Amino acid sequence: MATLEIRDLHVTVDAAANEPPKEILHGVDLTIRAGETHAIMGPNGSGKSTLAYALAGHPKYTITSGSVLLDGEDVLEMSVDERARAGLFLAMQYPVEVPGVSVSNFLRSAVTAVRGEAPKLREFSKDLKAGMDALSIDPAFAQRNLNEGFSGGEKKRHEILQLELLKPKFAVLDETDSGLDVDALRVVSEGINRFRERGDTGVLLITHYTRILRYVKPDFVHVFAAGKIVEEGGPELADKLEAEGYESYVKASA
Amino acid sequence: MGLETTKPLSTLHEHTSYDVNDFAVPGGREEAWRFTPLRRLRGLHNGTAEAGGRVAVEVDAAPELRVETVGRDDERVGKAYVPADRVSAQAYTSFEKATVLTVPRETVASKPTVVTLTGEGGVAYGHTVVVVEPMAEAVLVLDHKGSATYADNVEFVVGEGASLKVVSLQDWADDAVHVSHHHAQLAKDAVFRSFVVTLGGDLVRLSPSVAYTAPGGDAELIGLYFVDAGQHLEHRLLVDHTVPNCRSNVVYKGALQGEGAHAVWIGDVIIRAEAEGTDTYELNRNLVLTDGARADSVPNLEILTGEVAGAGHASASGRLDDEHLFYLQARGIPFEEARRLVIRGFFGQLIERIAVPEVRERVTAAVERELERELTK
Ligand SMILES: Nc1ncnc2c1ncn2[C@@H]1O[C@H](COP(=O)(O)OP(=O)(O)OP(=O)(O)O)[C@@H](O)[C@H]1O
Ligand SMILES: [Mg+2]
Repeated sequence: MATLEIRDLHVTVDAAANEPPKEILHGVDLTIRAGETHAIMGPNGSGKSTLAYALAGHPKYTITSGSVLLDGEDVLEMSVDERARAGLFLAMQYPVEVPGVSVSNFLRSAVTAVRGEAPKLREFSKDLKAGMDALSIDPAFAQRNLNEGFSGGEKKRHEILQLELLKPKFAVLDETDSGLDVDALRVVSEGINRFRERGDTGVLLITHYTRILRYVKPDFVHVFAAGKIVEEGGPELADKLEAEGYESYVKASA
Repeated sequence: MGLETTKPLSTLHEHTSYDVNDFAVPGGREEAWRFTPLRRLRGLHNGTAEAGGRVAVEVDAAPELRVETVGRDDERVGKAYVPADRVSAQAYTSFEKATVLTVPRETVASKPTVVTLTGEGGVAYGHTVVVVEPMAEAVLVLDHKGSATYADNVEFVVGEGASLKVVSLQDWADDAVHVSHHHAQLAKDAVFRSFVVTLGGDLVRLSPSVAYTAPGGDAELIGLYFVDAGQHLEHRLLVDHTVPNCRSNVVYKGALQGEGAHAVWIGDVIIRAEAEGTDTYELNRNLVLTDGARADSVPNLEILTGEVAGAGHASASGRLDDEHLFYLQARGIPFEEARRLVIRGFFGQLIERIAVPEVRERVTAAVERELERELTK
């Protein structure tokens, strides 16, 4: 059974040229096992995206101590692309626009890299079409440049399309629900649930809202404040947070 | 200044002549020469490069075209263009035979005409004239390869309502030096498309210019270059809008890699007082892939009338965007391949615009070759 184990993770971000790096994460502990869905909720600026980027290996973030193990393998020793090939997937809060690279070309390269061999063209086209259909994405997007000029919601759908085509073990979804209209929220949630049902997969879902948690039921909810997890609970914790806000946690961790 | 506002600044020092002796030997400080490493011109600029080598000219023409090799005294030679710098005048003074291609009136050439210029070593001078008579249409490929120290002038005379698409490929061997002027003269409603691809050579300095003789002329100048370590690839564009209601669009993109790779792009567009209704845009983008490479990009748009339909310019040189690479890598694509995807994308939109499929494929293959070369560094 697949496991993602985050131990005492400290992360700094490269600040301005003449300033020392600034520590954002102050010791994060979290273990996700296949079959589990963990939600992380927390105020703006508390370090949720930093955690997501650090797991994916974004060059701006430096891990100063702690460990991340994927099925016992040291993720922090891996390059960004190795992490993805090992089965880590990050759906970004702000997906990047890449001019000149078409969606279909990009997806084919990514699928080839992750599988270790090029998919048969016909098979790939079929999978792509089915994936786009399931997420109500117009097939014309395949020829467009990656994320270029996509609306916020369109970008998020494409993140989930990638999730479905790349079939990772663990998906970190950074505010994938933000900016979605009700229909898109449902379509995207269904995509996430298909991923969960595949088995031997785990989800780390970062969100500000309980509305997605009604579609994608979490097993655990973690409260993130000032760079660490300050409380853990079941799905009921999400409702409490929505009702009461983070004030008590922010005060406590300040 | 003040009173002289009708005279474009960029032409204040301009001086044209067929005779090389009318130009001083450049010292390197002149505006027109300040980016060019004169020592590497092998004497093309100071009269010491004596013709003794050869650039073989081979023409595979569409059957509708007239192909002639003529002497210096042919009246069509030098009719559209008067050299505007010393090397150009040197080429004009020194060439022996010119190639003249004529697309007869109202004729649509049935296939691209390919002129292959193969350097066989040594110093050579050349001259080419392409006349597209009124309402005629043709596609032309100028394919430069081999080794040479070569200076030449090319005149494109595009008649009323005629259309000429030119692809000029500078695919020289590593040691070649090439200094060239491409001048297009557009009659009423003429369409001119230039696609310049510069990849090879120790030093290439190509100066495409466009002049309009009547309204309605439409010029598109597209360029792509890939500069490797030690190469100097320079493109100097001049579009001179002297008549009303003409259009010009310039897009040049280049990638640079390796120690001493140097790209120079100068884009002068002049809209004179009488050129009302001009529509122009020019763009240069450079992708600097490694340390030690340098891109100089100088767009210069001079507008002397208040009545333009559109006028703009942009220039940007930068590194590959880390965020682009991160995104691709985060989907499992290895770093080198991610780089290639982004670079291919950078050029891809330009390559799509090459009118000749065979040339498009060749340029695509050439870019792939450059990308492979980059990979093995
Ligand atoms: N490159 C950077 N330079 C300086 N500070 C940074 C940088 N990246 C992140 N930070 C800081 O780190 C902190 C955490 O940011 P992060 O994006 O992880 O927060 P978040 O919890 O995802 O917030 P949100 O809910 O708004 O998405 C913030 O205070 C942010 O300003
Ligand atoms: Mg965030």
